[in-house]
Amino acid sequence: MRTRFQQGLDELREKLLRMGGLAEQAVERACRGYLDRDLARCQMVLEGETLINICEREIDELAFDLLAMQQPMAGDLRFILAVTKINADLERVGDQAVNIAERVMDMVSLPAVDLPVDIARMSAAVSAMVRRSLESFIDAKAELAQAVLEMDNVVDRMRDEAFIVLVKTMNEHPEHTRQALDALLVARNLERVADHATNIAEDVIFWVRGADVRHNVPQVGEGQGSSGETRSTAADPH
Amino acid sequence: MPEQRKQLEISLWRRLKDHCATLFAIATVVLVLAPLIAIFGYLLFKGIGSINLAFLTQTPKPPGEIGGGMANAIAGSVLILAIASLIGVPLGIGAGIYLSEFGRNRFGDTIRFVSDVLNGVPSIVIGIVAYALVVLRQKHFSALAGGVALAIMMIPTITRTTEEMLLLVPGALREAAYGLGVPRWRTTLSIVLRTATSGVITGVMLAFARVAGETAPLLFTAFGNQFWNWKLNEPTAALPLQIFTYAISPYDDWHRQAWAGALVLIILIVGAVAAVRVAVRHGTLGGAA
Amino acid sequence: MGVGIQVENLNAWYGTTQALHDIRLTMEANHATALIGPSGCGKSTFIRCLNRMHETTPGARVEGNVKIGQLDAYDGISPTLLRRRIGMVFQKPNPFPTMSIYDNVAAGLKLNGFNNRKEMDQIVERSLSSSALWEEVKDSIHKKSGASLSGGQQQRLCIARALAVEPEVLLMDEPCSALDPISTGKIEELIFQLKTQYTIVIVTHNMQQAARVAEYTGFFLLGRMVEFDKTEKIFTNPSDKRTEDYITGRFG
Repeated sequence: MRTRFQQGLDELREKLLRMGGLAEQAVERACRGYLDRDLARCQMVLEGETLINICEREIDELAFDLLAMQQPMAGDLRFILAVTKINADLERVGDQAVNIAERVMDMVSLPAVDLPVDIARMSAAVSAMVRRSLESFIDAKAELAQAVLEMDNVVDRMRDEAFIVLVKTMNEHPEHTRQALDALLVARNLERVADHATNIAEDVIFWVRGADVRHNVPQVGEGQGSSGETRSTAADPH
Repeated sequence: MPEQRKQLEISLWRRLKDHCATLFAIATVVLVLAPLIAIFGYLLFKGIGSINLAFLTQTPKPPGEIGGGMANAIAGSVLILAIASLIGVPLGIGAGIYLSEFGRNRFGDTIRFVSDVLNGVPSIVIGIVAYALVVLRQKHFSALAGGVALAIMMIPTITRTTEEMLLLVPGALREAAYGLGVPRWRTTLSIVLRTATSGVITGVMLAFARVAGETAPLLFTAFGNQFWNWKLNEPTAALPLQIFTYAISPYDDWHRQAWAGALVLIILIVGAVAAVRVAVRHGTLGGAA
Repeated sequence: MGVGIQVENLNAWYGTTQALHDIRLTMEANHATALIGPSGCGKSTFIRCLNRMHETTPGARVEGNVKIGQLDAYDGISPTLLRRRIGMVFQKPNPFPTMSIYDNVAAGLKLNGFNNRKEMDQIVERSLSSSALWEEVKDSIHKKSGASLSGGQQQRLCIARALAVEPEVLLMDEPCSALDPISTGKIEELIFQLKTQYTIVIVTHNMQQAARVAEYTGFFLLGRMVEFDKTEKIFTNPSDKRTEDYITGRFG
């Protein structure tokens, strides 16, 4: 039934997952670049940005086409809308990875300083959020997405702590101000990536459950359908 | 090159076949129309000279005398046909309505069968039946008996055509009427019958044209009459009867009048059918089926 | 003013085949309710049970409870009288071909004994205006026959004919199936306006039409009603997987 439409939906899914992979990779590379002070990696991030932008355009075009020509309804419609939103978020994630890479390039020209802020832990958490949000999309599992929403608070707290700690550092050691600022900005970029991962998770929940959980405190079991059920038929991996 | 020629040849052969078929169709039409035109032409030729005012207004003169006319026969035919129509048309249409609305069962099939059989009964036998039914009861010949005989002949044709025409009316129209809350009987009369009107009238005219020229059934029912008669219960003259009597007579003048009578009969029948057609078309709306 | 319709435990048969199973439904007054479903699912049978047209098919049988407003459709009122309170428009426009436009619209009145010429004139004009046909035909309502109009106009004529008897409910069985998109659009506009005065039930194969026109939608499948809800819910997030499959075209 509707093979061409189904093929279009599958293609859309493929493209989005590919883009997700690129964005995830960009974040990982940028963070590794920061932790290892690796300029080469940062360069790769900057170069990868073009590909991410191309992907974004392709996905939007395909989604637009499907909307105009195939009159999608219900689950299919929610899927396509969710994809366009996730698309935008992933592109933003790519942008944030570039920002981090640029910070690193500035930081590497300065002497290394041991700062009391655990960027490694933060970057691990954020990468996990991105990965999990994409997994929830692949598997169409709302609970996974729900878990991502909960992790956002953790990352926010990390960012706030980093702020306090780094401000203290700048006060006590003004000669390390630049490095501290770089670290602070990286922390902020990471927190934005976490926000985008949260958006992606919300979009997945919208698609899977038909419930709009944005700007709310999400509760487990909210929306129609029992939790643990995967009802969406579009691009169903099973 | 040879292929093109082959294509050309084939198409030539097919065109030839096409032309032949067309010619054949035209030929058959000509073959069918020819007798009709021949009859009409011959009648016209033989009869036109004898149609004059005297013919149309006078009654027959005694045998042997020249002159006189068939006025009473013309009038008598009109009378008898009127009686036949008054009896036959309502009964025929009524039976047709019954068969189309309620007749999808064994009983309906039986009626149809009987109607077809009746249609095939020789007209003289129907005359005898009418004789037994009416003439013997009344102890005299009459226009009424003639009308009854002709009515019996009209009914099967009218019934069958009415049924067919009513069945042709799309069910959607019935549904539309039911949807408006129109009861079934009213739907049948005001919608179904009304839509089928032109077809039903054709059926009636067919039956009418057929019986208008029947002679055998009138032989022992209306019997004929030398004089004017407007009473239902007395023997009446009729054109076909009169033509018959004159034609087998030994008198030349009567032969001449027989031709004239035949021509008048044909003209009257054709005229009646045409008049009804015009009236129906006039009453129909612009763009109606 | 329209009235609500309540259906309980409706079962219907064609001979020995059961076409409807335990249908239960409430349709709100002055709203449009759409019924969708694949061919043969019983939606046409269902609306024909509402005005007892189902019975006109030989061998057809109905059991259950249908209330049109306060009126029990199957108890205490003859089918003919019931049908005068409910208007019906069919899939293929079916104006009476031997009647003029005027007579077509007035048919429901005339054939039921109504005689007042002056009032009839007003009713005919009002009905034709309500169905957005008056301006197009007002000069020829007596001269042209119902069948001489275009398809879209014929359907609007049928709507006017149904409205002339001032029903409380209007049943429409795929009214736009035989029409081109522009005529369809005009009739959908019409339905939108008619909603304020009548209760409309529309059977349609076209899901987009149901989405455009109706506040409530019911999905029928194999003689059962699978889901009934607000239209936007049915088309954005239906509760039943069968509904979702049908709507997304993954049926069969």
